[in-house]
Amino acid sequence: MNGFLNFLISFPTLLHSGIIFGTVIMYGALGEIITEKSGNLNLGVPGIMYLGGIAGLASTFFYENIYCVNNGVQPSAFLCIVMALVAAFLASALGALIYSFLTITLRTNQNVTGLTLTIFGSGIGNFFGGSLNKLAGGVGQINTLVTSASFRAYPAKLVNALDKVTEKLHFGLGTLLFSYGFLTFVAIALAIFLWYFFTKTRTGLSLRAVGENTGTADAAGINVTAFKYLATCIGGGISGIGGLYYVMNYIGGTWENQGTIEALGWLAVALVIFATWKPLRSIWGSYLFGVLYWAYFYIPGLTRSSQEIFKMIPYIVTIFVLLMVSMRRKKEDQPPASLGLPYFREER
Amino acid sequence: MEKALELKNITKHFGSLIANDHIGLTLYKGEILSLLGENGSGKTTLMNMISGIYYPDEGQIFVDGKEVEIKSPKDAFDLHIGMIHQHFKLVDVFTAAENIVLGLEGEKGKLDKKAVHAAVKEIADRYGFEIDPNKKIYDMSVSEKQTVEIVKVLYRGANILILDEPTAVLTPQETNKLFAVMRNMKQDGKAIIIITHKLHEVLDVSDRVVVLRKGKYIGDVETKNASQQSLTDMMVGRAVSLNIDRPHYENQRDTLLVEHLTVRDKEGVKKLDDVTFTARGGEILGIAGIAGSGQRELLESIAGLQHLEEGSKITYINPEGKHIDVNGMDPLDIINNNILLSFVPEDRFGMGLVGGMDITKNVMLRTYRRGASPVLDRKYPLDLSNKIVNDLEVMTPDVNKTPIRKLSGGNVQKVLVGREIECHPTVLMTAYAVRGLDINTSYTIYNLLTEQKMQGVAVIYVGEDLDVLLELCDRLLVLCGGKVSGIVDARKITKEEVGLMMTKVGGGA
Amino acid sequence: MHISKRTNISTGKAWLIRAIAILGALIVCAFVIFAIVKMNPIKVYISMFNGAFGTNKRIWVTVRDLMILTCIAIGLAPAFKMRFWNIGAEGQMLMGGIATAFFMINFAGKMPLPILFICMIVTSIVVGAIWGLIPGFFKAQWNTNETLFTLMMNYIAIQFTSYAVSKWENPPGSNSVGIINRSGATKNAGWIGNMFSKGYNVDYAWLVLITLVLAVAVYYYLTYTKQGYEIAVVGDSENTARYAGIRVKNVYMRTMAISGALCALAGFLAVTAVSHTISTDTAGGRGFTAIIVAWLAKMNPFVMILISALITFLNKGAIQIASDFGLNEYVSQIITGIILFFILGSEFFINYEVHFAKSHKE
Repeated sequence: MNGFLNFLISFPTLLHSGIIFGTVIMYGALGEIITEKSGNLNLGVPGIMYLGGIAGLASTFFYENIYCVNNGVQPSAFLCIVMALVAAFLASALGALIYSFLTITLRTNQNVTGLTLTIFGSGIGNFFGGSLNKLAGGVGQINTLVTSASFRAYPAKLVNALDKVTEKLHFGLGTLLFSYGFLTFVAIALAIFLWYFFTKTRTGLSLRAVGENTGTADAAGINVTAFKYLATCIGGGISGIGGLYYVMNYIGGTWENQGTIEALGWLAVALVIFATWKPLRSIWGSYLFGVLYWAYFYIPGLTRSSQEIFKMIPYIVTIFVLLMVSMRRKKEDQPPASLGLPYFREER
Repeated sequence: MEKALELKNITKHFGSLIANDHIGLTLYKGEILSLLGENGSGKTTLMNMISGIYYPDEGQIFVDGKEVEIKSPKDAFDLHIGMIHQHFKLVDVFTAAENIVLGLEGEKGKLDKKAVHAAVKEIADRYGFEIDPNKKIYDMSVSEKQTVEIVKVLYRGANILILDEPTAVLTPQETNKLFAVMRNMKQDGKAIIIITHKLHEVLDVSDRVVVLRKGKYIGDVETKNASQQSLTDMMVGRAVSLNIDRPHYENQRDTLLVEHLTVRDKEGVKKLDDVTFTARGGEILGIAGIAGSGQRELLESIAGLQHLEEGSKITYINPEGKHIDVNGMDPLDIINNNILLSFVPEDRFGMGLVGGMDITKNVMLRTYRRGASPVLDRKYPLDLSNKIVNDLEVMTPDVNKTPIRKLSGGNVQKVLVGREIECHPTVLMTAYAVRGLDINTSYTIYNLLTEQKMQGVAVIYVGEDLDVLLELCDRLLVLCGGKVSGIVDARKITKEEVGLMMTKVGGGA
Repeated sequence: MHISKRTNISTGKAWLIRAIAILGALIVCAFVIFAIVKMNPIKVYISMFNGAFGTNKRIWVTVRDLMILTCIAIGLAPAFKMRFWNIGAEGQMLMGGIATAFFMINFAGKMPLPILFICMIVTSIVVGAIWGLIPGFFKAQWNTNETLFTLMMNYIAIQFTSYAVSKWENPPGSNSVGIINRSGATKNAGWIGNMFSKGYNVDYAWLVLITLVLAVAVYYYLTYTKQGYEIAVVGDSENTARYAGIRVKNVYMRTMAISGALCALAGFLAVTAVSHTISTDTAGGRGFTAIIVAWLAKMNPFVMILISALITFLNKGAIQIASDFGLNEYVSQIITGIILFFILGSEFFINYEVHFAKSHKE
């Protein structure tokens, strides 16, 4: 009973960790939702997140530690942020472009191409990450202090003020609501924007039509190829921001070669299913995944081995959702009907 | 009257087949034109060239008096031509309104649902449609989906509408509604072409009728001067003598009893309605009917591939006279119960054969289970393949390397029919066995079927060419809209009479 | 530009296109390596060759990795032949590895070696079959998307492995199982090379032997047996299968059980013949690479050996370069990725003809 009470008291802290964690996979999932809405099942998400992470890290590492040091200037926080975001987005979009060229133009199998992209992307990420580590003098020695700090910055005054209000309740409202880097809020905004885009705009409608019924979209005069390329590349770019967020916000601007990004990438793919391809559901879905992922840490009396069992929960829940979706056959929850299928217009 | 559309000398080949042979046609504004013809007469091909799906090999198209080139559906749209296909092009999870505006550019990126709804409502009111713009396609009946397709075409400003067999999927009440709408559109100055097989509908709705036969233009009559009889004569033409042998087999016996067979499709629409007949060993029972009248479902039901409704009963009588209830059996049960049933399905690669495999592997599809060994017997199918290839003169580089998909249609069909006959069936069902084949191959197939008949096999032959049906078969079962409109002696009936039964007049259902 | 499907292509031409693709990939890789280490690309490949085949030990290591990769791909072949996207080899392999390690740890010395081996093999097969059967069952019954299902099953298996590792860790606190039966009374128990004799190379010889036997067996199964024939028919057209009296659902479940069991056998081999330990690295992403191998080999086990050989050679070679130049070994993944992209892309030129409008002769 006491244990349960303790858990209840620590729940806001757990939720806080869950949100920080969930944002990583939320970006991955949002990007993949865009991709899948165009009918492309890109299993290269983990690779793409690696690309985003390493590109953001490497660009700011060289800027902060080489350019600024050599020229004796203070790194500009603004420049750091822009540089990291642009580098991460472009590198990931480029990875998605390889996938698009192969699957759309050269008509290769989507599953196999995606998995190859994951191998390639994790190779690039870990190779350059490892090299940076060496350059910096060892694992964990990379620091991109300014960049990481700018990504993690939050309105401390507001947070403290709000925390005071709820002090007696043993939790900090400000911390729970606002003590996150700006990317956390951008992710929520992005999810809302995507919801609006998919359901309320003509372009969003066309994109969904491509993924649902490519032949019909083609007959309606929609440029199917252009939509597939753009959706996959932009989706890839957004997934890549998840890798950047992990590197900058989650582990504080360094690199680790433990395959964590890969695991998170697959979790992002799982989240797409869990959210049944709906951006809004991915918001709470990602936080739920985050909470489930960290729950073991807050549940007293768990041994290390039972913690490992606990970490299965997000995947089991996802399988459960997948089963429900296929058994209930509710139309709104189905994957895009043309997902994974190649499209060739009949040659005349 | 002003010409909306004019076709001159339109010709289209598919390989060696001439689908359209120098066809000319004129369509006036404010008129409904029926395009009439048997299956394979080239109606849909002709319409597809107007709507930009095919491009003619020869000939000219004029829209509003100007010569045009229609290379894609978009070109057709831009010329205000809209076609409503038999297979709807709609996104299932979208609403009616979303489907209607799909692919159109608006002034704003945002989808103004109110404006779309208002425009849809305006069209609906003008022509008398009933449509709910917010309803999802997957919740709609077939006729509602068709309404969405028509509104979609009108929303895009079509002045020339082509409807490809729109009534095939509708109930009589829905058909009447559709015709009312079509008359309103006509009043509004639209030009409409309707493809249909149903003569009473032709007479009911259209102003003029154009008849095609075997890719050729036969004639054009004002509807008020036409009758069902005169149209049927134009459509089927004079009986042609094919000189197919039709010997009589003395010891006929009942082999397959079908009683009250009713089958529904996935949407719950009845595809077969209370069908009852007997197939006899030693005769060819022809099944005649417009395409899609339930032929496929009928054969598949007997083969154990359809779910039968309550009350349906299929009984097989084996050579020893034992009655076996086939209801609820799947194809494996049928094999295991030693029911010797062969089936040449309509969709050769989708059902009868494995396109990616060679002849031998396709030949073994029926017999690979033989013997207790878990290992395939390759000798028997190889010998059988060679036998089929030799007997039926199948042109193929080899029997055990080249995927069968790479052979020509006639050779593919010979393999399929040969395999089914080599199963030594007591019931042999064939669906459109000579579709797409040249004359010689067709005669080979006719001879094979007659040979089977003379061995006491009950042959069921689904066909589309009435001349063939009348000369090859002993009896004819005519289907119309899933119902039996008559079972007649093929030696005594005329082509015109069958034609009328197929369109549900004259036959006693 | 106009693209049309080829109606026919000679085997020779197809292989020529693949050879050109591989050559193209090697050139691109050479440029990548040159950009990183500024070394003569020819020398790079010599150095890579040394890395893979330079010494006896290296040859054995290369052969070892090649065999494991082939073995997983062989396991995937039946599922892929049925067009069932089994992305779950990673998990199925781990489950087999866990079952094997379970007996090695808990029953070494408690039962005679032959019985121990039988238990290890049988349990791996059963566990793998179940792991494969689960998504197969749901696909058959409700058409549940198998790509996503098997993908999720991987991570459950990975967590399960972490759980097993934490249970069996040795020494405590190391977060690893260590080499099982390294010394003491149960020295080398459950190591396959120890069944009749001792020593590393015998371990590997067993590995090679079993993998080759499996390759022949699966090839035979898919090509010459009735069940293999059914799998191919289902893969080509479900409707035709139903028409021919094949019970499609049963074939789905049976084949996935077989596929899972074979992948689990790869896990068994990875533990008993290679690492003699269990960790999440026992699979280490090879379950994913094997998918690509199986796909590129068009489900032919013998072609799989060739493709695995190419990938393993590049891997080992790249690791050699990395150590020569003080780089990290992840360069091998980059090179594997590039070469696979090229081979994948080349299939397009085998299946399609590209005509350029200008040079089109009528």
